[in-house]
Amino acid sequence: MSNLPLLSLLIWVPIVGAVPVLLAGAGRPNAARWLALLVSVAAFVLSLLALPAYDAASPAMQLVENHPWIETLRVNYHLGADGISLALILLTTFTTILVVVGAWEVIQDKVHQYMAAMLVLEGLMVGVFCAMDALLFYVFFEGMLIPMFIIIGMWGGPRRVYATLKFFIYTFLGSIFMLVGLIYLYFKAGTFDLATLASLPLGMREQTWLFFAFLIAFAIKVPMVPVHTWLPDAHVEAPTGGSVVLAAVMLKVGGYGFLRFSLPIVPDASQAYAWVVIALSLIAIVYIGYVALVQEDMKKLIAYSSVAHMGFVTLGTFIAFALVREANDVQMAKLGMQGAMVQMISHGFVSGAMFTCIGVMYDRLHTRMIKDYGGLVNVMPWFAAFMVLFAMANCGLPGTSGFVGEFMVILASFAANAWIALFAAFTLIIGAGYTLWLVKRVIWGDVANPHVAEMKDINAREAFVLGAFALAVLALGVWPWPLTHLMDASIGQLVEKLVVTKV
Amino acid sequence: MTLSQGILLTIVLAPLAGSLLAGLFGRQIGRAGAHTVTILGVALSCALSCYVLYQLVWGGAPTYDQNVYTWFEVGQLSAHVGFLVDRLTAMMMVVVTFVSLMVHVYTIGYMADDDGYQRFFSYIALFTFSMLMLVMSNNFLQLFFGWEAVGLVSYLLIGFWYKRPSAIYANLKAFLVNRVGDFGFILGIAAVLYWLGSLDYAQAFQQAGRLEDLTLTLVPGHPWHAATVIGVLLFIGAMGKSAQVPLHVWLPDSMEGPTPISALIHAATMVTAGIFMVARMSPLYELSETALSFVLVIGATTALFTGLIGIVQNDIKRVVAYSTLSQLGYMTVALGVSAYSGAVYHLMTHAFFKALLFLGAGSVIIAMHHEQDMRYMGGLRKYMPVTYITMWIGSLALAGMPGFAGFFSKDAIIEAVGASQRAGSGYAYFCVMAGVFVTALYSFRLLYLTFHGKERFTVKAGHGAHHDDHHHEPGVLAHPPHESPWVVTLPLVMLAIPSLLIGWPTIGPMLFGDYFGRSIVVGEAHDVLGELGAEFHGPLAMVLHGFTQWPFWIAFAGFAVATYVYLIDPAAADRVRRALKPVHELLSHKYWIDELYYAVFAKGGVRLGRAFWRGGDAAVIDGAIDGSAALVARAAATLRGLQSGFLYHYAFAMIFGLVLLLAGFWLFGHV
Repeated sequence: MSNLPLLSLLIWVPIVGAVPVLLAGAGRPNAARWLALLVSVAAFVLSLLALPAYDAASPAMQLVENHPWIETLRVNYHLGADGISLALILLTTFTTILVVVGAWEVIQDKVHQYMAAMLVLEGLMVGVFCAMDALLFYVFFEGMLIPMFIIIGMWGGPRRVYATLKFFIYTFLGSIFMLVGLIYLYFKAGTFDLATLASLPLGMREQTWLFFAFLIAFAIKVPMVPVHTWLPDAHVEAPTGGSVVLAAVMLKVGGYGFLRFSLPIVPDASQAYAWVVIALSLIAIVYIGYVALVQEDMKKLIAYSSVAHMGFVTLGTFIAFALVREANDVQMAKLGMQGAMVQMISHGFVSGAMFTCIGVMYDRLHTRMIKDYGGLVNVMPWFAAFMVLFAMANCGLPGTSGFVGEFMVILASFAANAWIALFAAFTLIIGAGYTLWLVKRVIWGDVANPHVAEMKDINAREAFVLGAFALAVLALGVWPWPLTHLMDASIGQLVEKLVVTKV
Repeated sequence: MTLSQGILLTIVLAPLAGSLLAGLFGRQIGRAGAHTVTILGVALSCALSCYVLYQLVWGGAPTYDQNVYTWFEVGQLSAHVGFLVDRLTAMMMVVVTFVSLMVHVYTIGYMADDDGYQRFFSYIALFTFSMLMLVMSNNFLQLFFGWEAVGLVSYLLIGFWYKRPSAIYANLKAFLVNRVGDFGFILGIAAVLYWLGSLDYAQAFQQAGRLEDLTLTLVPGHPWHAATVIGVLLFIGAMGKSAQVPLHVWLPDSMEGPTPISALIHAATMVTAGIFMVARMSPLYELSETALSFVLVIGATTALFTGLIGIVQNDIKRVVAYSTLSQLGYMTVALGVSAYSGAVYHLMTHAFFKALLFLGAGSVIIAMHHEQDMRYMGGLRKYMPVTYITMWIGSLALAGMPGFAGFFSKDAIIEAVGASQRAGSGYAYFCVMAGVFVTALYSFRLLYLTFHGKERFTVKAGHGAHHDDHHHEPGVLAHPPHESPWVVTLPLVMLAIPSLLIGWPTIGPMLFGDYFGRSIVVGEAHDVLGELGAEFHGPLAMVLHGFTQWPFWIAFAGFAVATYVYLIDPAAADRVRRALKPVHELLSHKYWIDELYYAVFAKGGVRLGRAFWRGGDAAVIDGAIDGSAALVARAAATLRGLQSGFLYHYAFAMIFGLVLLLAGFWLFGHV
């Protein structure tokens, strides 16, 4: 087993698997569905096989594959995974199955293309999380936008052209900056190899320029305030599956990018400007919380809630600098970084589940407006139970995954600066405010109108998807140890390297 | 004999198992199945809790403090799920499971006609699990888990009748106000980890000495002692959960939930979690006079000013609810003067008599066909003798009649406040003394309005034949009121017994003896209970002495006023109300605090959100890049021209672009 190129398989099985799905054609939607399910399950099984092959005690990159790719540029097809990559890959393969199942009857038009796009997207996202070469990373990073454009553009809502263009302009603008940064680094180091770049000495001036180039690219992806406005538009127009993948996995690429690029390559500039990221993260938590409160469209509300929750990812990542370099508290820095990563995984489950819930409602009433709903618990009790569970996870209730990361980040923040913890902890109030007010208006109350009265409770397929998300949310909330253990050594090494200055 | 992990796990998990069975398979197992599995689970928990208490007190078992499993591990830091079971915990376990068991049995009668029968049993069993996790925790993480889990169940139960707009307003309010408290609580936990280096109680307490020299400077020039910061922050959590002023506003509204949970959650157990927590943290609180003074003043204010509101309430449940607020204030006052065991002792006696009062009120409500307004009651004593007698026992205990359970605990608290030298104790002494009068007044007012005097309702056969019709004409009943079934009266009797007797055997060891041992730490310098203990000569002497003391005569004055105004000369109530109109207005509007919060926080929050959204996101951010927004529009217009209807083409264009980019790189590489 250990000789299998697992990471390559994880990338290429879904992409190659998309071909027969596409060939099934518009005439045989069921063939496309079952094939897509088969491929996504195969990918999930492969990602599970990677677990026993991975030694969590070692912080080194494992499952490494390295082949020359563009020899003249010394670009390598270089793959490898540490605990962080592996966790994100598992999240990707897990989510893809649920998205495929979730789309089963919901997508009726060009099923084969939809399923194929999802599988290609899966392969490219896995590629992002295990590329050890900056150019390879960039190719996956840009490439995954294409299937997402197709998904939003073809199966999206009425303003999909506007949304895709906004999405495109924002993310493209960001990646241009990153590309320039990478080219600069290439000229300095003569390679795109990430490990080499990480040990490349760089002056403060260079680091600053590079830091902001990376910041723009990843901040747009996360997204951070003030470059977040593309996200609500994209979510509103995307089909349910698109929203789920976008929120659950694609946003994580931003957080992952900070970890793989900003921290190791430009540590000194990252330290110098950590306050910028921290301030923007706190603004995301507080300001966006208030913005989420007043949304009338459920998808926008959850989109804003995503921005606020991703604030904990950036906060937890950059608080590490203040802790390691100023407070000399490596232990707390690890806690904050671990919290950020746990938050990424948890947000994948919770936001994926929330968008699925909204999709379930949308499939029945064809509206996302809060005012069109009310009293769903009367007609859809099982759905209501799931929705309340995920809402509680969104509020960060202990026992659900939503709590774990936020808790760690707040604890670590206090060690850096009590004011930061104060603002971060505000999420307890505002997060509960916007989430439970939504639940009050949508789930509780008497049946609001005749349309609601006719809504049917979830079917077995929907119950499977929501149930899988629920299991993940509860398992991670009750026992996060397996996840923290998987990432512990990798994060430990990452944090310890922050101590070393490059200047 | 040492306690085994198996027993402790069974105690915690049995109610959870019952809850899951009743909740997930409610339809399959039916109503009887649901109440059977949950009652069996809680009964098993209760029996084993009694066994644990027995082992700890008489069996010579040492304190149990062990982890069950590792929750997370980051570097050197780990967090666990584990149990700390000492006598303090064991007492809480017995109180929680016993009251819970009584409430389970009572629910069979109270909820008999409700469609959500199984769901209700599932919730209350889940509550029992959560509360046990809270009190049995050996670390801050699990404490917070239990803390939030009981909050969740409270949220679900207040909104149990989810069709009522008032219920789903109340549960949201309860959750959010509690979250304000939790905001402080989680920061307190962060402070503990930061300064004491561990989330485990034992290790954190061991390091508590470190706090002496540490400060936190939030505002330059104003360093705060670490112990004060921890104490105040953790107490903010307690203020939310235990409904202390100014975070008390959620508890009266929580009466929207069915009465059994008002007894269990919003009187006997959950709301006392804050009291328990501070008592558990006594090694930390003892380090900060400032934090304790803060606790003292908040508690004293709550004790008096919420009690006053209780006098003007007409809803029978709301009277009991305000009385709960006031009694929680007494417990908090006791914490504030370092009489932790006094607070916990009052917590215990209060759990019995207040659960009794709530369940009694519920029994009255059943008899009155869900009428809760006391203005339409009166003279019920001849219809429901068991409820009548047990309610009198509960009220006497609450009013502090010497010999009843409440007397021992409340009297000890008042004495302790009198003996304390702490800043704020003078104010607190006034509040708790005045509170005695207020308590007696509303307690006897409730009894007179409900059970005595003339009947203020009429029985009209055939009226409101539809049983669930809540919108009937006030004061008109379809059948005469009658005593509740045995499943309702049995718990009343079972709770009346400890309300009457529990003080006698327990006052000596728990308050003045070494029952709590090292569970509760009190500094030598302000051990007020220790001082009082020197004058303690057994419960009988204390009772006899009680008759000669001020609290008794103040309570008697309250009793006398209530008797005159509500029994002898009922017209006097109106005269008093007219004479004291401004005071009555102030009290019946609850000092306008709800209105203030609603305007500032709820409406203000939404207004701020709108301003941020329209002003920030839409105008500034999207406006600042208005050029690019226009660009989007223009690009869209251009693309519309190119639009072929197939996104394939766009996709191909993008892939083509990517290839070009790579080609560019290739060229670049050769330059």
